[in-house]
Amino acid sequence: MALSRRLLPLFLRRGAPAVRALSTAAAPAAAVASEEEEESITVKGVRISGRPLYMDMQATTPVDPRVLDAMLPFYLSRYGNPHSRTHLYGWESDAAVEAARASVASLVGADPREIFFTSGATECNNIAVKGVMRFYRDRRRHVITTQTEHKCVLDSCRYLQQEGFEVTYLPVRSDGLVDLAQLEDAIRPDTGLVSVMAVNNEIGVVQPLEEIGRICKEKGVPFHTDAAQALGKIPIDVNRMGIGLMSLSGHKIYGPKGVGALYLRRRPRIRVEPQMSGGGQERGIRSGTVPTPLVVGFGAACEIAAQEMDYDHRRVSALQQRLLDGIRAQVDEVVINGSMEHRYPGNLNLSFAYVEGESLLMGLKEVAVSSGSACTSASLEPSYVLRALGVEEDMAHTSIRFGIGRFTTEEEVDRAIELTVRQVKKLRDMSPLYEMAKAGIDLKSIEWSQH
Amino acid sequence: MMLRVAGRRLLGAASGVGGGEAAPAVAAAGAASRGYHERVVDHYNNPRNVGSFDKDDADVGTGIVGAPSCGDVMKLQIRVDEGSGRIVDARFKTFGCGSAIASSSVASEWVKGKQMEEVVAIKNTEIAKHLSLPPVKLHCSMLAEDAIKAAVKDYEAKKGKLAKADE
Repeated sequence: MALSRRLLPLFLRRGAPAVRALSTAAAPAAAVASEEEEESITVKGVRISGRPLYMDMQATTPVDPRVLDAMLPFYLSRYGNPHSRTHLYGWESDAAVEAARASVASLVGADPREIFFTSGATECNNIAVKGVMRFYRDRRRHVITTQTEHKCVLDSCRYLQQEGFEVTYLPVRSDGLVDLAQLEDAIRPDTGLVSVMAVNNEIGVVQPLEEIGRICKEKGVPFHTDAAQALGKIPIDVNRMGIGLMSLSGHKIYGPKGVGALYLRRRPRIRVEPQMSGGGQERGIRSGTVPTPLVVGFGAACEIAAQEMDYDHRRVSALQQRLLDGIRAQVDEVVINGSMEHRYPGNLNLSFAYVEGESLLMGLKEVAVSSGSACTSASLEPSYVLRALGVEEDMAHTSIRFGIGRFTTEEEVDRAIELTVRQVKKLRDMSPLYEMAKAGIDLKSIEWSQH
Repeated sequence: MMLRVAGRRLLGAASGVGGGEAAPAVAAAGAASRGYHERVVDHYNNPRNVGSFDKDDADVGTGIVGAPSCGDVMKLQIRVDEGSGRIVDARFKTFGCGSAIASSSVASEWVKGKQMEEVVAIKNTEIAKHLSLPPVKLHCSMLAEDAIKAAVKDYEAKKGKLAKADE
C-alpha cells in the first residue's frame, strides 16, 4: 500500500518532480516523465505539447498501480517457475497462480478449475472456436457467429470453413443486437458452437447473453462468448448466462498485456482440442510456462474490478453523459452508433455527418481516440461492424470511438468535447456536403462520380 | 481497384520521366512511415482558399468530384477573366482525409493566376510529389487533378451555352 501511494501520482499525474526524491526505484521513471513534458511531441508529423489525453480504452487500458504493485515481487524476488515442484520458488509461484485463478473465477461465477490462462483473448477465441469444432468434428459440422464479432473469431471461422466446416454469420439489427429468433432458427442438429461476443469492441453494445445462453442450452449447443470488453465492466455469471466457453483478457481491465484466460465449463463438460503441444500445463489445454507476474496482475485486476465495478460503472456512465451532452449541445447531426439502451457506457461511438473520420482524427491529435473509418488503415473500407449495422458508408467514414475508463477525468472529457466541437465545426465549414445539405439538397439524389 | 489504378498511373509517370522520379518516390515511402508530411499538416491546419463562389455566376466554373461513400468529395471553383481566359481566383471545399484537404488546397493555389490550358496540364503526380503522399493516398491527388479538369470543363460548357443563347 505504501508503494502504491508513492506510485500513484507518478502513473496518474505523470511525474511531479517531487516523486524523484521518494525512492531510487522510481527516480529514472520520473525523470523520463518530466523530460517528456518539457518538450512538445511530434506524432505523425503533427506537433502537440504534452501527451494526448487517452480515450481509447477499448484498445487497451493503463495498468492500475495496485495491479503493478501485486506483480512486481514476481519479477524481482519470487521469480520461480510455477511448474517447478522441487523448491520453494516453484511452490510460491504456483500458489500465486492458483490465487489469481480463483480471483478470475470468482469475478465470473466460475470454478477455478474452469479457468485456463492464455496469452490473451485472441488465443482464447482461437482455442474456443477451432478447438471445440475440431474435438467434436465427427458429429458437429456447423458454427454460428455474428457479423460484428472481433476479427479473431471471424478469422477462426473462416479457417474452419477451409477445413470443410459450415459457418453462419448472423446479421445484426440496426442497433447492433443479434435477433434471437434468427439465432434460434439458425441452429441445426449438427451445430457445434454458437459464438456471440458479450460487449462489442467498436460500438459497445451488450448482447442478450442470458437469452442466448438459454436458447443454446435448450438446443444442446455450447455457447461461447468473447467477453474481453465485458469482463469487470458488466456483471458476468457463467451459470446464469449459460456460458460454455468464454474468452477473457487482462489488458482491457487495467491488467497487464499478454495474458488472458479461457473459461471452459466442467459440468456438462465441454472439451477442446488444444492448439499448443508441449508440457501439458493448464491441464493440457494450453502448454507453455504460465507467466506468473502477468497472471498475478490479471488476478489483481479482477479482484479490483469485483470491488469497484459498481463505482466505476456509475462514474463512467456520468462521464459518457457529460461527453454526449457536451458535444450535442454545440454540434448538430451527431449520430450514436449502436444501441444506447444495451450498451457499456465506456464506449461512445459517434458519427459526425458531413465530416470525414480521418481528417477529424488528424485534428484531434491531442485526444487519443479511434475511428471507424478504416482510412486509418490501408484498406480504405469503412468498418465492417458499422456496415453490419446498416450504417451508410458515408456515415461509417465519419465515426469516432470515445473510450472512457476508470482513470478518465471530467477535465479530460471537457477537453475532448472542446477539441471535438472545434474540429467538427472547422471541417464542416470546409465540407461541400454540409454546404449542400444546408442548402436543402438531398445528397442521396446526387449522382456521384464513383472514383 | 482504385489503388491498383493509382499504382499504374504512378508507375507510368515515373517511367515516362525517367530516373528523376525515383528519388521522390523513395522520399514518399519514408514519409509514409513517419506519418503526414509537414506540407500536408500545414495545408490541413491552414487551408488556402476555402469557401464558395456563386455557382450561377457566368465567370465561375465548378467541379465536384468523388463520392461520399468513398470518403472523398472535392468541390473546386474557379473564377475566370473572360477576356484573357486567366483564372483570377479559386475556392475549394473538401470532405475527406487530411491528404484530400491538402491536395485540394494545393490545387486551388496552383490554378490561381494561370491560363485554363495550363491548369488542365497539372498532373496528380506533381501534387502527390509536392505533398509526399504515400501510395494509399495517391487517389487524393488524382481527385484534385480531376476537380481542376471538371471546373474548367464546367466553365467552358457554361460559356458555350451562353454563346448559343446569344446567337
